[in-house]
Amino acid sequence: MIVLRLPLRFLRLLFVSVRLALGQIWANKTRSILTTIGIVIGVASVTTVFAALAGLKSNVLSEFEAIGTNKIYILSHRPSQGRLHYASWEVIRFTPDQFEGLTTHCPSVDRFTPVASHRDTLRVGDRTVEDVTVLGVSRAWHAIENRPLKMGRAFSAVDEAEARPVCVLTPEVRDELGLDRDCVGQSVLIGQRWFRVVGIVEPHVDSSVFNIGGTGLQVVVPFNTLWTMRQPWMHVIATSKSADLSEEAQAEIRFFLRRVRRLQPGDPDTFRLRVIDQYLQQFQRVALAITVVAGGIVGISLLVGGVGIMNIMLVSVSERTREIGLRKAVGARPAAILMQFLVEAVILCLFGGLLGVAVGRGLTAVLVSLPGAQLEQAHIPPWAIALSFGFAAAVGVFFGMFPAVKAARLDPIEALRHE
Amino acid sequence: MPRTAENNLISLRGVTRIYRMGVERIHALDGVDLDVKPNEYLAVMGPSGSGKSTLMNLLGCLDRPSSGTYDLDGRRTTDLGAAALARVRNERIGFVFQSFELLPRQTALRNVELPLIYAERGWWGSRERARRALERVGLGDRLRHRPNQLSGGQKQRVAIARALVNNPAILLADEPTGNLDSATSNEILDVFDQLHAEGQTIIIVTHEAAVAARVHRVVHMMDGKIHLDLPRAEDPILRAALGGAQTTAERARPRRTPAAAEPEGPP
Repeated sequence: MIVLRLPLRFLRLLFVSVRLALGQIWANKTRSILTTIGIVIGVASVTTVFAALAGLKSNVLSEFEAIGTNKIYILSHRPSQGRLHYASWEVIRFTPDQFEGLTTHCPSVDRFTPVASHRDTLRVGDRTVEDVTVLGVSRAWHAIENRPLKMGRAFSAVDEAEARPVCVLTPEVRDELGLDRDCVGQSVLIGQRWFRVVGIVEPHVDSSVFNIGGTGLQVVVPFNTLWTMRQPWMHVIATSKSADLSEEAQAEIRFFLRRVRRLQPGDPDTFRLRVIDQYLQQFQRVALAITVVAGGIVGISLLVGGVGIMNIMLVSVSERTREIGLRKAVGARPAAILMQFLVEAVILCLFGGLLGVAVGRGLTAVLVSLPGAQLEQAHIPPWAIALSFGFAAAVGVFFGMFPAVKAARLDPIEALRHE
Repeated sequence: MPRTAENNLISLRGVTRIYRMGVERIHALDGVDLDVKPNEYLAVMGPSGSGKSTLMNLLGCLDRPSSGTYDLDGRRTTDLGAAALARVRNERIGFVFQSFELLPRQTALRNVELPLIYAERGWWGSRERARRALERVGLGDRLRHRPNQLSGGQKQRVAIARALVNNPAILLADEPTGNLDSATSNEILDVFDQLHAEGQTIIIVTHEAAVAARVHRVVHMMDGKIHLDLPRAEDPILRAALGGAQTTAERARPRRTPAAAEPEGPP
C-alpha cells in the first residue's frame, strides 16, 4: 500500500500543480508570452538549424548514394618522401598495361575501367560544337557509372583491342550536332579524326555537391583509341563486388599495384586509393562540427531565455508571498509549494518550446522554398523536437528551481504579514 | 480546577518563544501553560507586544516553541518536521484571518476547496464538502461568486467555511472582525456562536471587548505570560471594559503570576 501511495500522492501533487500553473499563466497572458520569447527564439533556432542540417545531409547522402559506395578511385600520386619523391612523372603516371589482370589477381574487385579525358571540338558537316569532354573508357564504364546505353551498342572487345575510332554520344551532343535521333552508323569529326557513332548513352546527371566525371557535353570513346592517339594522363575506377568488400578490394589493389609498379618494401605508394566512404566520413565530421557549434549558440540563447524565466518567477514569488503564506497555513507542505512554482516554470518553458517548434517549422518551410539554397529536403528531425522540448524542460527545472525553493522556504508567518 | 492531559484538546507546558533581534533576545512567550478542552469557546486578549500573536502562531502550528511542549489532541507537535506540521495544520486546524486572505481570482467554492487539495485523503467529494461548508455559514447562494463580488462579511464567511471544510479540531481566528463594521461583526460572531453550539472548539485572538463578550473563557496575555485566565463571567477587565457593575466577589486574582501587573487587584 505504501509503495502505491507515494507515487499516487506525487501524481496528485503534480496534477494540482499543473492546474494551478495553467491558471496562473492564463491569468498573466501577456507576461507569460513575453517571458517565453527567449525560449521561443532558442527552440526555433535549434529546430531550424537542425532542419537545415538534415536537409543538407540527405542532399549529400543521396548524391553519395548515386555515385555508388562500392567505387574505388585509383589515382597516381607522387609520394611526399622517400626515393620516389624525386621520381619523374613518367615513372609515377599510370599506363593501361599496369592494370592488365587486375580482376584476376584481385578477387574482391568486380570490374574496372581506365578513365582519361580532354576537351575537344566536334564537327559534323557545317555544325561545330566546341568544348566537348572526350572521355576514354572501357566497356565496364557503363555499369560502373550507371550510364546504360539508350540506343545502339557499347564498344566491343574488338573495338577496344584494335583501338577503333568509334564513339558513343550523349543525347545533348547529338542534338547540338543536329544529328538524327537514331544516328548510329553516322560519323563525327573529333578533333582531326573521324569517329563512327555506335550508340547513345544516358546523359550525365549533374551533381550539385561533387564534380566527378566532368559536366556538360560528353562523347565517349574506347580508352585504347585515346591512348594510341595521345597517351593521356589517366586514372582508374574500380568497383568492389559489394560495399562490404571495399576494404579487401583496396588491400588487393594496393598489393597488386605495388608489385606491378615494382615498389620495394619501405617505398611509399606511388598511387592513391580513394573511396566515397572517406568523403562521406569527412562530410560527417564537418556536419558534426556545425551541429556542435550551432548547438552551442542555441544553448546560449536558451540559457538567456532561462534567465528571463527565472526573473519572472522571482517576481511571481514575491508578488504572491501572501498567497504562499495562506497556502502553507491551510496545510500545503513545502514540497507542494516547490512543485507549484517549479511546474509553472517548466510549463512556461514547454509552452515556449511549443511555440518555438511552430516558428521553426515556419522557418523550415521558408528554407525549403528558398531557390538555390538546395535545402529542398530540409525537415525537422523528430529527435530535434524531442531534444528541444527536453532542453526547454531542463531550462525550466534549472532556472525555476531557485525561485521555487525560495517560495517553499518562506516562513508562513512572515509571508502572511507581507504587504 | 483539575486538568488531565487525556481530555485536553490543547495542552501547552512551559512554552517559551525567543526571537533574536541582533544580539538582543526577546521573550515573546515566557513559560506559558495552557489547557483547552474540546468545545471550549475562548478568547485571547492583550495589548500589542503581549505575545498573543506568537501564542496564536504556536497554537496554529505555524511556528515552533523555543522550549516547552505542545500537545494537540493527544499528539506531541513540538518534535514534528515542516511537512508533518503542514499536515497537522491541514487536518486539525482552521484559520480565520483579519484580512480574509481569499484568493482573488477564485470563486468562493474554489477558495473553500483550497485546504482539500493539500489533504492526504482523497479528493472524492471535495466539491461537495466545500459546498456544505459554505451552506453552513449561510452562503449556499454565493458559491460561484468571486471575492470582489462579495461584501466584507461574506468574505469572512467564505474564510470561515474554508477553515471548517476539513473538520478541524480547533478553529483559530485572529481578529476576525478587525476589518468589519459593528453590524457585520455581530453577524460573524453569530456564526462563531452557532459553530460553538454545534460543538466546534474556537479560539479567538482579539482586543475588542465586544468580541470577547461572546466567549466562555478569556485569557489575558501580558509580557509573554498568561496574566489572567478565567471564565468570561468572572473576568474583571472585560467587565470594566463593558461597563458592567463590579463586585469584590467577582474580582479576579491572577492565576499564577502575582508579580505581574494587576491593575484592579487590591494590595
